[in-house]
Amino acid sequence: MESFQHRIVIEAGRAERQYWRDLWRYRELLYFLAWRDILVRYKQTVVGVAWSLIRPLLTMVVFTIVFGKLAKMPASGVPYPLLVMAGLLPWQFFSTALSEAGNSLVTNTGLITKVYFPRMVVPASSLVTSLVDFLISCAFMLGLFGWYRFLPGIQILAAPFFLFLAFAVACGAGLWVSSLTAQYRDFRFIVPFVVQFGLYLSPVGFSSSIVPAKWRLFYSLNPMVGVIDGFRWSLLGGQPPLNRSSIGLSCLLTVLLVGSGAWYFRKTERTLADVI
Amino acid sequence: MAHAIISVENLSKRYVLSHQGAKGDGLRHRVEHFARSPLRWLRAALKQGARANGGNGALHGPGHAPPAAKEEFWALKDVSFDVKQGEVVGIIGRNGAGKSTLLKILSRITEPTTGRVIIDGRVASLLEVGTGFHPELTGRENIFLNGAILGMTKMEIRTKFDEILAFAEIEKFLDTPVKRYSSGMYVRLAFAVAAHLEPEILIVDEVLAVGDAPFQAKCLGKMQDVSRDGRTVLFVSHNLQAVATLCSRAIFLKAGMVEKDGPTEGVVSAYQSSSAHDASSKLEQVWSEIDRAPGNDSVRVRRIAVIPDAAEADLELNMSTPFRVEVDYWNMVPDTSLIVNLCFYALDGSPAFESLTTREKQWHGKRFPKGLFRSVCSVPGHLLNEGRYLVRVIFLDSRVMKLYDFPDAVMLTINDPEARNIPYYHRFMGNVQPLLPWRTELLEESRRVQ
Repeated sequence: MESFQHRIVIEAGRAERQYWRDLWRYRELLYFLAWRDILVRYKQTVVGVAWSLIRPLLTMVVFTIVFGKLAKMPASGVPYPLLVMAGLLPWQFFSTALSEAGNSLVTNTGLITKVYFPRMVVPASSLVTSLVDFLISCAFMLGLFGWYRFLPGIQILAAPFFLFLAFAVACGAGLWVSSLTAQYRDFRFIVPFVVQFGLYLSPVGFSSSIVPAKWRLFYSLNPMVGVIDGFRWSLLGGQPPLNRSSIGLSCLLTVLLVGSGAWYFRKTERTLADVI
Repeated sequence: MAHAIISVENLSKRYVLSHQGAKGDGLRHRVEHFARSPLRWLRAALKQGARANGGNGALHGPGHAPPAAKEEFWALKDVSFDVKQGEVVGIIGRNGAGKSTLLKILSRITEPTTGRVIIDGRVASLLEVGTGFHPELTGRENIFLNGAILGMTKMEIRTKFDEILAFAEIEKFLDTPVKRYSSGMYVRLAFAVAAHLEPEILIVDEVLAVGDAPFQAKCLGKMQDVSRDGRTVLFVSHNLQAVATLCSRAIFLKAGMVEKDGPTEGVVSAYQSSSAHDASSKLEQVWSEIDRAPGNDSVRVRRIAVIPDAAEADLELNMSTPFRVEVDYWNMVPDTSLIVNLCFYALDGSPAFESLTTREKQWHGKRFPKGLFRSVCSVPGHLLNEGRYLVRVIFLDSRVMKLYDFPDAVMLTINDPEARNIPYYHRFMGNVQPLLPWRTELLEESRRVQ
């Protein structure tokens, strides 16, 4: 049981001081919503969880053929499928998280108009769901390492940091997109579009070393560039060396994205039940 | 006991209604706004785009703001009251009087526009039975999910799990997905979870409108237990009888303001006389604009009418006159199977009878396409007793879950012209007065008296 005495003050425009505490208090709800989405996701499918392996596998095969074999992009000394897969892991996490978080408020309208809880729980739970998919794909990556007899170097210890960065980017973008979708359903069409383009604008199917050096910083304005480069570097190592300014820019942009996302979400959250 | 656990001070809530699909255009208007002053050329481009789309932008010339398709509406105006610990307060009022808005503010679903509420204690609100139930999940899984949604911790749910099961009486189906449940089981399970919340303050909205009579009685009993434990209950209902049995105090909301606040008896009778006054000639109601019609994303009501089946088309309904209740409604979601439920109540809230479209032959059980439907219920003469009745229309889906509830949709007055011819007349008791055949016969005549 919780403490007996808590006082709630409901007022217009009150920047609730207890919001973050409430968010912590409702962490179990976050867990339950994520658990629900995971349980439900592959219900009434034939191959079930295998879908979270099939999708990256097919993308990897296609990208290896198109970028590696046909366009003959440089593989920087590693088997091309590994190069693709190392980029695909963070990208797929980001794109699923963004799409699911984007729709999350709308699909949970029933909850939002009937029960109080910090609304951030909803998009956050879709991040957790996507993280589970990501971990399954990671197992696939391990299999690939075994297949190619590839042993990652010491820099793999940096992988969790880049995973965290990917999580933060997805979180910031997810907060923006979910509250925008709740108000303007246009974003239901915009997001898949962005995700589709992003796949080719981010260094997923190719190494970012093919981008000319003078454009490199400009290219890194896409925060996923730093994330993918970093993640790939931590898994595959060495070639090309990590571009520090690009990672730095990614981090900075991510902080901005998360901060502004949280601010905008909080701003719209108060009237969410009336608008949605 | 005398401690005010909820205090509401000058609470107001304003809604801005936007008409004419302004919702869908919202983003475009935003973009227009953004572009207007710094980028004048862009404005022209956007206007042109709007014109090409045949949108609202077509009619106003350059430089003019779009006509205000917005309207303000105060759902609550300056509402103040205090609730002491252990009080059970009923909130009554007609549709649109602000009851739901008040509950939504108290349960922190939406924010007030002005004013303030201070609540001392843990609040649980039940604005709906089975919020967040997922049809694909099993009964067990849904108990945990629903409990978490209502604010219970995993530990609390674990310790109460057996009690919840016993209350719901679904032990056998614990591991079956709830989409395979009968609607009765579904509602029982949902209420069972909610009933085992242990908040200091319980806010309940009309959840008793679902389920069969024994179940409703069970729910009422549970609520009485809750209040006996010294917990505070706010209860919104159209069922005045339930309010009268449960609540010691009632608040009557009218047009967003507190009309009367005090002991239940006085408030209920004030409400009755007020609603009798408001609805005295409400035999037909029509809403021709779909956007402003009562309803929601599932159904919207176009028209409700009571039509006497009398040749003289007399507006007065006599006890002998059969009549029809016609409900015209838009089904908004394709492929739902709708059930229309008419409930007749006397003005004191006591039920007369109800009827559903489940015996209807053309459409019942079929998938309704999007579109305008009319369901007609024929009520024979000599059924309702003389008096005034309110008709409540409830739309249900095939799982008998409530899609939309429209209380006090129409009101009808049944007259008894013959009554004046009978000496020593008094109104027959009850809400129905069927014409029942009688027969008297002489069984044995006794010649000798004594």
